Amino acid sequence: MIEISHLSKRYGALTAVDDISFNVQAGEVLGFLGPNGAGKSTTMKMITGFLAPTSGSVRVCGHDVESAPLAAKACMGYLPEGAPSYGEMSVRGFLEFIADIRGLSGERRRSRLDDVIARLGLKGVLEQMIETLSKGYKRRLGLAQALVHDPQVLILDEPTDGLDPNQKFEVRELISAMSKDKIIVISTHILEEVEAVCGRAIIIASGRILADDTPQTLARRASSGRLEDAFREITLGARPDVREAVNA
Amino acid sequence: MRNIWILFRREFGSYFATPLALVFIVIFLLVAGALTFGFGKFYESGQADLSAFFYWHPWLYLILMPALSMRLWAEERKSGTIELLLTLPITPWQAVIGKYLAAWAVAGLALALTFPIWITVNYLGDPDNGVILAGYVGSLLVAGGMLAIGACISAVTRNQVIAFIVSVVICFVFLLSGFGIVLDFLPGWLPQPIVDAVASLSLWTHALSISKGVIDVRDLLYFVSLAAAWLAANAIVLDMKKAD
Repeated sequence: MIEISHLSKRYGALTAVDDISFNVQAGEVLGFLGPNGAGKSTTMKMITGFLAPTSGSVRVCGHDVESAPLAAKACMGYLPEGAPSYGEMSVRGFLEFIADIRGLSGERRRSRLDDVIARLGLKGVLEQMIETLSKGYKRRLGLAQALVHDPQVLILDEPTDGLDPNQKFEVRELISAMSKDKIIVISTHILEEVEAVCGRAIIIASGRILADDTPQTLARRASSGRLEDAFREITLGARPDVREAVNA
Repeated sequence: MRNIWILFRREFGSYFATPLALVFIVIFLLVAGALTFGFGKFYESGQADLSAFFYWHPWLYLILMPALSMRLWAEERKSGTIELLLTLPITPWQAVIGKYLAAWAVAGLALALTFPIWITVNYLGDPDNGVILAGYVGSLLVAGGMLAIGACISAVTRNQVIAFIVSVVICFVFLLSGFGIVLDFLPGWLPQPIVDAVASLSLWTHALSISKGVIDVRDLLYFVSLAAAWLAANAIVLDMKKAD
């Protein structure tokens, strides 16, 4: 499970994440929602141990990310924002590198690689250089590298960004299929995605948690009953200046 | 160790996945040859040794090593893969050392490919092969020192051109810190021991004493601590500047 307590990140005068706390249990798919610059990615970077928090703590699978980074990182799979990968490598070479550094070997290494290659439909591009891949393939490769070691915890920063509608559907199916025994945290600003795959949604803006509930309950907050309207009301409500401008 | 090896292999492979390593090796061989036979008067000196060959290496490295090291971290930053790399279950140290060793291995390979010149002097005369070996060791150590500097500078920026230029300047200072061109910059009121300390940091002096055929522990210690200090700085810079 993921335990986040009083997590903050400040850059000089700017507070990107402001004292947030929440837990995520196994079997939960948590959608992380918020306008651009709300602190979604920063929070994910702190969960995965890339950025050190200014204060507060993150525990993943019982390991404190700051004091036991290797154990915590070993049980996580992470798709960073923009799905970065080494352009000059082949798809196969890249996945094998990840499998090696994740400590897989022998039969298990082969079966895990076969599994992610099949699940994400990468078979046809295995020998291709990554920089020649389309955006959709790059994103799928990013997902594949996060899944190679079959992690307990998956942190996915905008997993369907740049995919066409069919690919989006497939990735959502994939997330739903994996969700039974894993913890999955996805960030997105596609609200239909949250309704489709997430059992729980946290809305954050200006680094603070504004709402934490099931997507259905959140949607009911709006008079229209649509999540989209609820999102707008909740996030704009946090900034009175914007609310006035919208109402005017 | 296993992780360092895996990271080394990936990095070394990516030097060869692009034309970079090949261009580097070809240019190194061409220019090293031109300097040795042209400026070094290799034949005219009439001596069966490689001093004319090794003499130019530090100068050549001044340009070529920063070209090799500039991409090490700047590219990871630019493409965002640094986030992927540092969230894998590895320590930053393993990444720093794996990358550094990969760059050094490319330099070592280029140096090893100069073996025809060694065959040539052995064919033409009867050189002291111990001294030649020491020359190769000294040359490899200078390359290693400069690559450590370059790797650290590369971690500071996402711009490879800036990494290159700053690395060249710093390598130049270290190369010539025993000479007037650098020492003249020091204020006159500095006590002599400090001036001597700066002068003793010179890559050139240490490389020269090794290339005479004597591998002194002090010279080895100098290169090891130079590389260790810059690589430690590399790890610190990485930790401080992850976000940008």
